[in-house]
Amino acid sequence: MSETPILQLRGISKSFGSVQALADVDFEVRDGEVMALVGDNGAGKSTLIKCVGGIHSPDSGEILFEGKPVHINSPKEAAGLGIEIVYQDLALCDNLDVVQNMYLGREERDWLWRLKEPLMEQRTAETLRSLSVTTIRSIRQPVASLSGGQRQSVAVAKAVQWNSKLVILDEPTAALGVAQTRQVLDLVKRLAEQGLGVVLISHNLQDVFEVATRITVLRLGRDVGVYEREKTTQQEVVQAITAGIPTKVAGIPTTTPELAS
Amino acid sequence: MSSGLDVAAPGIGLPEGDEAEEETGLWRRVYDNIRTGNLGILPIVIGLAFIVVFFSFKATNFFTADNFNNIIQMAGLTMLAFGVVFVLLLGEIDLSIGYLSGIAALAVAEFQLPGSGHAYPGLVAIAIAVGLCALIGGAQGSVVAKVGVPSFVVTLAGLLIWQGVILQVLEIKGVIVIEDNLINDLANYYFSANAGWIIAAVITGLYAVGTLGGVIGKRRAGVAIRRPLLLVAKVVGVAVACFGVVAVSNHASVPRGLPLAGVLVVIFLVVLTFLAKRTPFGRHVYAVGGNAEAARRAGINVARIRIIVFMISGAMAGVGGVILAARLNSVDLNVGGGTLLLDAISAAVIGGTSLFGGRGEVRSALIGALVISTVSNGLNTAGYKTGTIYIVTGVILLLAVTLDTIARRLQARSGR
Repeated sequence: MSETPILQLRGISKSFGSVQALADVDFEVRDGEVMALVGDNGAGKSTLIKCVGGIHSPDSGEILFEGKPVHINSPKEAAGLGIEIVYQDLALCDNLDVVQNMYLGREERDWLWRLKEPLMEQRTAETLRSLSVTTIRSIRQPVASLSGGQRQSVAVAKAVQWNSKLVILDEPTAALGVAQTRQVLDLVKRLAEQGLGVVLISHNLQDVFEVATRITVLRLGRDVGVYEREKTTQQEVVQAITAGIPTKVAGIPTTTPELAS
Repeated sequence: MSSGLDVAAPGIGLPEGDEAEEETGLWRRVYDNIRTGNLGILPIVIGLAFIVVFFSFKATNFFTADNFNNIIQMAGLTMLAFGVVFVLLLGEIDLSIGYLSGIAALAVAEFQLPGSGHAYPGLVAIAIAVGLCALIGGAQGSVVAKVGVPSFVVTLAGLLIWQGVILQVLEIKGVIVIEDNLINDLANYYFSANAGWIIAAVITGLYAVGTLGGVIGKRRAGVAIRRPLLLVAKVVGVAVACFGVVAVSNHASVPRGLPLAGVLVVIFLVVLTFLAKRTPFGRHVYAVGGNAEAARRAGINVARIRIIVFMISGAMAGVGGVILAARLNSVDLNVGGGTLLLDAISAAVIGGTSLFGGRGEVRSALIGALVISTVSNGLNTAGYKTGTIYIVTGVILLLAVTLDTIARRLQARSGR
């Protein structure tokens, strides 16, 4: 765990007009860990990962990937580095089947420009098997006919299929029932076990405490602190989310910590 | 042709075991397809069969070889409808194709005109006409894709503009007669009986070889082959259709033999189906139509896909326009007008292409055009007037879109 973190953000700031979404945020993820990114609505979680994913470019600050400074200007460049983001709304095409979605935008083709369907189907089956995604009846059924958990699993599998090194999951369990949440959390753990860096964005501290190695808290566009899962409590994290730590939040008057009961 | 809809046992883990899947495979598939809004071509093929049987009783001269060759003359309309399918797959619309086909007719007539100073060989004139329409389509598509003006408005403007251009040119010239034989042959050439048989054999052979190649590829990759019996049935079906068409058209009396235009339709059907279903480009068209945002995030250049699709739509309008002009051997003020545009869109929709994007097949254009032509031809032979034809076509269109909408609602409900 002592080697260079796979992703390091230093002093990232980003404004949209007069709204400062991120102010001097530091963030890091190591290989093989699940780093949870938590915070209230509008804390800047999505903006932060969009900076990593090449959708926004930060106004200032630097991004280091595998120790080297990088400029990520498009989702394609992010993917080129090995960074994959699974967005909240999944970004799957309902009218395409599982295999077609898994290879969307990166289809294998031969010299005649023909899609190599058998190859893609075989590899999709392999990927899903390696992630123990076993509940999908057929990988040739349209994604529209899958359950929420299955769709999430496909979206995650799609992200990790490309030898990615860092996978960012934006609220992967938000719309799921109990059993399906379990399915997805198991998948998240498996990703980290396979040595990937995983960023888990979630509102649900129960989920976070179940799978995360460390937890970064954002509040009003600033990072409040990083907590080791083993050495903290949900109470402490809730306090950081809602009240912040007075010394770290400049410009905000010290507030009375509201402890969650 | 069915790769997107197949649902049966692939290689991945089935908790219940494979036997259950085998037994229920067919019903599951039918159920899944209906549940996810893929009604397939079954309803419309049944409808077409019903129409044919109906008119066979209604009009004595309907079910004859001569009349069969009349129906196959809908080639021009089918070409336009092929282009419409691609535009609809994106969830867009192209209202300019009617008069765009008129522009192609005008161009092809103008550039073959002897003594005009720009008389080119037929093939060159055709290439100019189709290329011009592709360019216009691309320009309209660029406004849609890059600027973000709704395609309905852009192509509605196109409809007016190209109609205006046609009127301005032909008001002076009146009628341009097409004298180039190659151009006229597009719609008026009929193969000899033996050539017809050879063509049928070649098409069947290529289809069989292609199917076999697919099976070999799957076996090599260790992927399950779905419903091998259906593949055999499809090859047999294609053989029967090809030889059947040739047999009937060889029996016609006046223009005897297989029409070249029919063969052109089949060639475009094959090429465009390949483009839509077997290439990354086609896959991206479906993806953009299904979820443009997902496509963009997957790294697909959505604007480029949109522009190319409008170019295809323009080019197909061009091809259709040339064939329609060739059929009349001339171009006059009515070119590209009438019900051509609405028939082409109706054909694609009746054939099962969704107006909402992401669902449909190239072949649906052909099936839809067959329905429209059969109905209008049947009503004509039975002695009905144009008004009746419009009303009946309208009712069929309404039925088709209603089916599509219901299917879509079922799909939304099955979501999660």
